[in-house]
Amino acid sequence: MTEERAGRPQTNAEPPPLFGRFGPGPRMMGKTERAKNVRGTVRRLWGYLRRQRGALIITSALVAGTTVLNVISPYLLTQAIDRYILPGDLPGLLLISLVMLGAFALNSLLTWLQVFVMAGAAQRTVRDIRNDLFDRLQVLPLRFFDKRAHGDLMSRLTNDVENVNQVLADGIIQIVSGALSMVGVAAAMLWINPQLAAVSIVAVVTMTLGLNRWVAPRTRTGFRQQQAALGALNGLIEETVTGQRVVKAYHREPVVLTRFDAANVELRRAASRAQIFAGFVGPLMNMVSHLGLAVVAGVGGWMALLGMTTVGTIAGFINYARQFGRPLNELATLYNAIQSAIAGAERVFAIIDEPAEADAPGAVRPERIRGEVIFDDVNFAYETGVPVLKHVSLRAAPGQTIALVGPTGAGKTTIVNLLTRFYEIDEGRITIDGQDIRAINKNELRRQLGIVLQDTFLFSGTVKDNIRYGRLDATDEEIVAAATLANADQFIHRLPHGYDTMLSERASNLSQGQRQLLAIARAILADPAVLILDEATSSVDTRTEQHIQEAMLRLMTGRTSFVIAHRLSTVRNADEILVINRGEIIERGTHADLLAQDGFYAALYASQFRGTALHAGSVPALMETA
Amino acid sequence: MHATRKLARYLAPYRLQAILAPLLMALEVAMDLMQPRLVQHIIDDGIARGDMAVVFTTGGWMVGAALIGLVGGMGCTIFAILAGQHFGADLRGDLFRKVQSFSFGNLDRLDTGALITRLTNDVTQVVEIVMMLLRIMVRVPLLLVGSLIMAVITSPRLALIFLVLVPLVLAALNWIINKTFPMFGDVQRRLDTINTILQENLAGVRVVKAFARSGHEQQRFHGANDRLMDQNILAMRTSAVTMPLMMLAMNGGVVAAIWFGGISITTGDLHVGQLVAFINYLTQTLMSLMMISMLVIRIARAEASAGRIHEVLESEPEVRPVPGARTAFAPQGRVAFENVWFSYDGASEANGERSTFNVQPSPYDYALKDVSFVAEPGQTVAILGATGSGKSSLVNLIPRFYDVTSGRVTLDGIDVRDIDEAALRRAVGVALQETVLFSGTIRDNIRYGRPDASDDEVITAARIAQAHAFIMRFPDGYDSPVGQRGVNLSGGQKQRIAIARALLAEPMILILDDSTSAVDVATEAQIQAALRSMAQRQTRIIVAQRISAVLGADMILVLDDGRVVGRGTHTELLENSPIYREIYESQLANGVLSHD
Repeated sequence: MTEERAGRPQTNAEPPPLFGRFGPGPRMMGKTERAKNVRGTVRRLWGYLRRQRGALIITSALVAGTTVLNVISPYLLTQAIDRYILPGDLPGLLLISLVMLGAFALNSLLTWLQVFVMAGAAQRTVRDIRNDLFDRLQVLPLRFFDKRAHGDLMSRLTNDVENVNQVLADGIIQIVSGALSMVGVAAAMLWINPQLAAVSIVAVVTMTLGLNRWVAPRTRTGFRQQQAALGALNGLIEETVTGQRVVKAYHREPVVLTRFDAANVELRRAASRAQIFAGFVGPLMNMVSHLGLAVVAGVGGWMALLGMTTVGTIAGFINYARQFGRPLNELATLYNAIQSAIAGAERVFAIIDEPAEADAPGAVRPERIRGEVIFDDVNFAYETGVPVLKHVSLRAAPGQTIALVGPTGAGKTTIVNLLTRFYEIDEGRITIDGQDIRAINKNELRRQLGIVLQDTFLFSGTVKDNIRYGRLDATDEEIVAAATLANADQFIHRLPHGYDTMLSERASNLSQGQRQLLAIARAILADPAVLILDEATSSVDTRTEQHIQEAMLRLMTGRTSFVIAHRLSTVRNADEILVINRGEIIERGTHADLLAQDGFYAALYASQFRGTALHAGSVPALMETA
Repeated sequence: MHATRKLARYLAPYRLQAILAPLLMALEVAMDLMQPRLVQHIIDDGIARGDMAVVFTTGGWMVGAALIGLVGGMGCTIFAILAGQHFGADLRGDLFRKVQSFSFGNLDRLDTGALITRLTNDVTQVVEIVMMLLRIMVRVPLLLVGSLIMAVITSPRLALIFLVLVPLVLAALNWIINKTFPMFGDVQRRLDTINTILQENLAGVRVVKAFARSGHEQQRFHGANDRLMDQNILAMRTSAVTMPLMMLAMNGGVVAAIWFGGISITTGDLHVGQLVAFINYLTQTLMSLMMISMLVIRIARAEASAGRIHEVLESEPEVRPVPGARTAFAPQGRVAFENVWFSYDGASEANGERSTFNVQPSPYDYALKDVSFVAEPGQTVAILGATGSGKSSLVNLIPRFYDVTSGRVTLDGIDVRDIDEAALRRAVGVALQETVLFSGTIRDNIRYGRPDASDDEVITAARIAQAHAFIMRFPDGYDSPVGQRGVNLSGGQKQRIAIARALLAEPMILILDDSTSAVDVATEAQIQAALRSMAQRQTRIIVAQRISAVLGADMILVLDDGRVVGRGTHTELLENSPIYREIYESQLANGVLSHD
């Protein structure tokens, strides 16, 4: 173990580069099969297993039972030969045969019961771990998701948990029964014939340990290299196939193939090396078991001739020698599985340990919010040192519409992210109805805010389910009413199964505009006090565009609304326009005020909302016809 | 087994290893089989007769047999793994080459995730089964048959026990496999459900948070998780019957052997050593049977993987290179469409290929109907129309991402199907609608189309694409990493990098496929102005939704449902195209355009 700890920095090191200077995410490099904190991880796993204490105790008892039976059986065989067959005692032989049959039957029954009980315990444990992982993901801040690849998180929930599952399901029984039966067999052998026992045990154990010493380190390095090579190759495959259209468009196939071939050969070499050494374990253990047999037969035979033992004892010992070697063999194979289970568990626990979005102690759950929103000198940075919002102050009276205008990346979306507490502000204060939002229960706050994002996300499920997401207890009538207000009712009726049409994961059966209408319906159903809208820049077809426009206006009526505005009509009708540039509010006022100021807004307006100012040649044409 | 057998040809180059491995395994098995016989010899001829010499020589023989067996086993391991790994590498290489040869049409039909799984997990599965087969599949049947024969030789009468035991065991195995197989299939489906829930939850994390629905999501997940657990427990408990049942059969046989063998010994028909050896062979036989049953299960699982791999290997690229295509090709940049009809489905049917893993089968419907136009060298042609009107389909035909169903697309008068693919793609540069950047630095990504471009050229391209300013705001500038652990780029920023990437390749024909959709109008206008001021003479085809983006074009094509319904300059179209006017007025009304 000390050697492994000395090697620890390696596991922390950056994975080798794959593509240019930067490698893919950690998961793509393949699993690092070795856990960093074995003891702590095992202790936490035990914390989960402890809940299944009853099942574990029963399983252990059952395992002990089978072990005793396993140890007794060869002894019964010894007795059968020495006491009944050789003297020709047939009634006695019948009796002992029946006893053996009974013992075997009981053994089989107990063996099945072990798995029966343990399967439940293992699966419940795995379920608990999965639930804890998922539940934690629900309360982690957005900041966490910004930096994580979905593939990595998914793989923790599936592969890593599966590794734990494998070991829990069979591993525990194998370890316990392996250890117990080795002790039991050794004891039985010693009891029957101490000398012969000592010789065979010492022979088998020294051979096994000696060989293990030779094989294990080679296998371990081999597997580590194999995992690294596999990770590199998989990363390359994943990236290339995902970007296959770009690869084709730029005719980069030859380059990609060269790179792939190199990685492929590397994997083949590393895998061959690792697998060959691991594959030696089987023949080696086979040899150990046969040499054990030779020792028992040779030494036993010699002892029998000297009258120190009997033929029956040798027959029994041959069986014992086998049984003694078997758990050793199993534990050797289990070793790798246990390593990856612990490494997997550690990766899962790492997520469970991430700090959750926290509510201040005694956070209030306000009744219906009126909708007065105030930003008071707010500063914010996603990454320390790179301020995104600087000294932002604003006030929205209940029912007002505030338009946020400015170039891409100016900080408009960030203002929204802060109001919803997706991110926590660094300095300053945001209040709703005079209450600091940090003192409001997060879920309650968000429930009263309605958000319609530009990129609409729909869940797989029916259209109805997706609208109902806004308010889970809404009736079908309320859903239809919301959809009608959102101008979505019409197109929904044209879908094959109306409101019960299943939407696929990427909702590829709906156009972008239709998806937006559904999102608006969802927000209408949620009936928020404060509304946040992100208008789409890329316009959809003309008719849908008008539908969206109308629906948004209906949604905004009577609510405090923040709109990241791209449409002139929205901007014009806003009670206040905030012009944001490089994280600061540089101008504010109504459309007319700002045009009169002839500042940034006026310029922005000229370029953005006319969209044509820079087309020196074509603008006059447009002006003329307009 | 069908697909597995088809993949077997990948083993052909390594047939020497593939034959040596089982031969060496046979050696190990032969040695294994000798051991009980030697033990019997020690007992019956050595101990029973009091002959010490026999005990020791036989003991020596046992050691020798063990060592020879080891040599056989290790040799088998080496050759089996070499054969298996070479097999795997070749197979993976061919698969990857096949994917590289796919056209956009193939890629549309294949889910990216499924393709990746095939290249990674499925290949691993098949390789593992090959290595296992080369080792165990020979060992186990040999052991089975060998033990059986040895058992019969040792005591033909006791061997009658097999007649009762083997059919019983086979029947039990058959029952268990039939019973548990569907159960594990069900487990897999429930696991898929869990994955889908998590995947959606991650993709929609903002929506979940915005509506404060984590409770609802937890409920959904916990329910699915419980269902997975229940099915898992059921499947495990059922399949766990196998082992104890086989043990019971085996031990029942042992007891029978002791009883009948015991009687034979008292009558003097059998020696004790024979009985011990027989019991050994009996145990060995049943163990082998059990192993075979496990193998059958493993192979059945690998068969699914082999089938999926095979499916990819069988798919034919829909756009195929033409023999004798022109490689030396210096285009002027004249693009012409001559009565082009195009259907996404028609292409695949023409090739007689229908994949069974279609993601979304499109209806047999023409995406382009009788499209004709000419873009003269240096001209800018804009294509305008609603979502789904066929704009992207049109531009995708120029670099031959798809083949036309009928009609012709020509470059300087040469049919694009007669031009070498590499030459064609060098001549035509595309900034695709869907922006994909690769891990690496921003510089690496811009240089993707021309890896030997100088830093100055990279910067020039980035300036035209209006990307230079925001790139410089990153702490590492052009060396900032893109991708999972890199800077978070907004949609508009990614699009601008993709435009720079296309520009740097200096194609004769530049296609911008709605590649400014996430860029604000002001920046979009700046990009266009910069493009116009470029010295290089370049034919440009620009797909857009906003009229503001197409105003400066030499010709605007208005597409509606796959047909060209209007063509001309902005002014001309305003006069004579009702559809164009409608689009224009709606965008005007919404303030995307303005008329103060």
